[in-house]
Amino acid sequence: MARKLLLEKANVPGIRGYEVYRREGGYASVEKALKNMTPDQVTDEVKKSGLRGRGGAGFPTGMKWSFLAKPEGVPRYLVCNADESEPGTFKDRYLMEFLPHLLIEGLIVSSYALGSKATYIYIRGEYAWIPDILEQAIAEARAAGFLGKNILGTGFDCEIYVHRGAGAYICGEETALLESLEGKRGNPRIKPPFPAVRGAWDCPTVVNNVETLAAVVPIMNIGGEEYAKIGVGKSTGTKLISACGNINKPGVYEIDMTISVEEFIYSDEYCGGIANGKRLKACIPGGSSVPILPANLLLKTVKGEKRMMNYESLSDGGFPKGSMMGSGGFIVLDEDQCVVKHTLTLARFYRHESCGQCSPCREGTGWMEKILKNIDTGKGKKSDIDLLWDIQRKIEGNTICPLGDAAAWPVAAAIRHFRDEFEWHVDNPQECLVRNYGLAHYADPLEIATPA
Amino acid sequence: MVQFSDEKLKKVNEIVGRYPEGKQKSALLPVLHLAQEEFGGWLSVETMDYVATLLKLEPIEVYEVATFYSMYNLKPVGRYMFEVCQTGPCMLRGSDDIIDYIKKKLGIGVGETTPDGLFTLKTVECLGACGYAPMMQLGKHFREHLTPEKVDQIIEECRRTAAANN
Amino acid sequence: MAEEKKLLKVTIDNITVEVEPGTSILQAARKIGGDVAPPAMCYYSKLKGTGGKCRTCLVEVAAGSTADPRPMPKLVASCRTNVMDGMVVKNITSEKVIDARNGVVEMLLINHPLDCPICDQAGECHLQDLSYENGRPGTRYEFARRTFEKHDLGPYIQLHMTRCILCYRCVFTADQLTNKRVHGVLDRGDHSEIATYIHQSLDNDFIGNIIDVCPVGALTDKTFRFKNRVWFLKPVDAHRDCNHPGCKGKVTLWYRGDEVFRVTARKDQWGEVEDWICNECRFEKKKTSDWTIEGPTKVSRHSVISQGHYVGVQRPQEVLYDVLDGRKPKLLMDIHSVSEVNRPDIDLSKIEGPAHSTDFKND
Repeated sequence: MARKLLLEKANVPGIRGYEVYRREGGYASVEKALKNMTPDQVTDEVKKSGLRGRGGAGFPTGMKWSFLAKPEGVPRYLVCNADESEPGTFKDRYLMEFLPHLLIEGLIVSSYALGSKATYIYIRGEYAWIPDILEQAIAEARAAGFLGKNILGTGFDCEIYVHRGAGAYICGEETALLESLEGKRGNPRIKPPFPAVRGAWDCPTVVNNVETLAAVVPIMNIGGEEYAKIGVGKSTGTKLISACGNINKPGVYEIDMTISVEEFIYSDEYCGGIANGKRLKACIPGGSSVPILPANLLLKTVKGEKRMMNYESLSDGGFPKGSMMGSGGFIVLDEDQCVVKHTLTLARFYRHESCGQCSPCREGTGWMEKILKNIDTGKGKKSDIDLLWDIQRKIEGNTICPLGDAAAWPVAAAIRHFRDEFEWHVDNPQECLVRNYGLAHYADPLEIATPA
Repeated sequence: MVQFSDEKLKKVNEIVGRYPEGKQKSALLPVLHLAQEEFGGWLSVETMDYVATLLKLEPIEVYEVATFYSMYNLKPVGRYMFEVCQTGPCMLRGSDDIIDYIKKKLGIGVGETTPDGLFTLKTVECLGACGYAPMMQLGKHFREHLTPEKVDQIIEECRRTAAANN
Repeated sequence: MAEEKKLLKVTIDNITVEVEPGTSILQAARKIGGDVAPPAMCYYSKLKGTGGKCRTCLVEVAAGSTADPRPMPKLVASCRTNVMDGMVVKNITSEKVIDARNGVVEMLLINHPLDCPICDQAGECHLQDLSYENGRPGTRYEFARRTFEKHDLGPYIQLHMTRCILCYRCVFTADQLTNKRVHGVLDRGDHSEIATYIHQSLDNDFIGNIIDVCPVGALTDKTFRFKNRVWFLKPVDAHRDCNHPGCKGKVTLWYRGDEVFRVTARKDQWGEVEDWICNECRFEKKKTSDWTIEGPTKVSRHSVISQGHYVGVQRPQEVLYDVLDGRKPKLLMDIHSVSEVNRPDIDLSKIEGPAHSTDFKND
């Protein structure tokens, strides 16, 4: 069994409430940090841990914290990004729903490190029942003296507020999130200035993902160096993976990043293999934005090494032959799935979620969706495939925020690895309406696509 | 007339108080949620203008925001809104079939409301329940692992609650 | 004592220029001028907060600064990226930039109606210029173009949402020039639109300036609608004593013959308004006697408007009388007398809208 740092106590009855959470050792990190450490020491501990942002970009958290500007007399803010909306990702929801106090504890310690006296949790609007859970936890923590004025007699004041979004994936982008927090349309801001200098209400701000801030708790408890020993290379600690698609056991799993992709998919501890005895066709290992990989490239890198569930190994081979850890949204496609159709749903998603500021993203996402729809329904042309490639190329890198890239990558990767399937759709306009292309050669050699 | 009760006005003040002095616009999203819940499940021009007055904003600032976010309904909707996710991971688990089933069962298309005003069917993009697909949002909560039988049960349940509340 | 500001050196397309700290790449390039200046569809130097959205001004930064000469990984929006000392920028000397810009122009055009023949902006449209420089001869877009519900903005301003490129300039204008903004960007993504939501008319004293800042034909002068093509008009600088605070009364009058067809603010070489003008100057003062004439407006010889010349002007009616042997024309031209095709029993003036072949069919 892998070591669990976040979900260790998830199954303890009543852990959602303060009493049980506290009895199980909760809020020890707040006592440790506020009573015995300076804010800079807390930041140093996080730096030592090697913790990387768990929202998708994987930026070192300690470094992000150290960038925060600290001008005299200007408030600083910590904002927790709980706008989890990347298709395939539902790990933060799990944390907030079942271990709300873990997040609150992490937020208090992080607020102390950053000097945030008002900390906000920006949660996606659709998670409509979770603010109640969080607010309950906040009230309990406050009653126990962990929030409010002069926490634990240390002179540190902190309040945590929950701010509910209203349906916009783009607000997961940190500057769009800040706009939305300020009550505006979720249009990403042009950087620089970065939020660390001018964020919420023009004040220095750090925006971190839920899982990242929750991970601060075990880091404080076991120490940054100890945390860094778990995992491998620059993939330290544990990572929550939300597995979905055609697997036997979809759900949220905590891994320590030393297991292989194959083990993750096929072992009973995790996904439990492909559902209905089907074979693995492809997988998007880090949320819908990251490149899709066919089974053969998923399980082994292009060098023939076992692909592991960590930042480095998943991106081994770069975009042409690899993918990304991303947000940990692990989407598995079995042999009966149509890559064109799946790509179409993602293109539709990004068109729907584009804020509309930048011309390439506003216009290009809709164009890609329309072409994909044609190909999927047997009305496509061969030249459409090249056109799609050209459109995604012209969106990527040319927009204010990464949504343009996120919309371009899935289309690029689908064409790169599954071009034959796109062409088959064009060549067989009738047949593609009634059956799927199937596994083809994607799993060649087939032995690596079946359990060891 | 659109007017919050004293209790709700207190709630509005509490929400405004969460943000720095003079930044009451920040309360716009939560207050619009509150207004939508209070005033019939959607945001009429009158409702939005009322929110603008409460938060000392120009009405256009409220319209701009209300039209940006997908959860604000700008037209009346049925009492029960089935918001079925249709993005990749849900599609892999058969969300298209569920949508077709609901259409047939309720006799309405996507974006339509049943003549009795009870049900509205809407397709939405990823709601963050990919592991429990197919799924839909119904009011405040998610209904997951949907099957035709489960959809039948949900429809029955809604009809029963509606009848009991009438 | 004020310290003397150190000027920053920046090289754009191999031309070096010195600028003050805080200058954007685009402004530095404009200082050099000519083709080196990137096109700007959303940026407007006179409006705070504009820029960054349209992506036409993307440039390559080949070296960040003397201190950190690493290139920037992505193309950057030159309007919103400030110059660093020793920065090396490539605009038209970068294939990457040209390729990306062509892509942006194609994106801007896929849903554009291309209705230039009936668009009042034609001839002074930045999107036309941009397409001419960076567009492709045909379209690769094979789908129905986007349409919007019609939206009336009142007696002064005509909105054609299909032509809008969502530069947000008009929103910034209303925010910064008027005391109460009633229009804005509604909805999101590819359905975003400029509107008031509740069908209000725009009538603030300075709202007419949104016509001048609009880079395309989305917002045009209703009092000038379909009256003339801009290249038939002769721009003349003029002024009057305007008692509106904030309006200097310095305008350009657009003449055909001795008739003033429209009044606009004066624009600089980048197409930006020099001084904002009030609605009264723009919409109500259309007689020469309202104004003190300063002289012909300088027009770049590359502009289609420069074809209007100022010597030997004849009133168009006089020309027509001549052509029609002194008869007074019912329409612009009595087509029967010059065409054998159209029978005299078909009165073109009775046909509503444009004439179609069916209108000429026997009974």
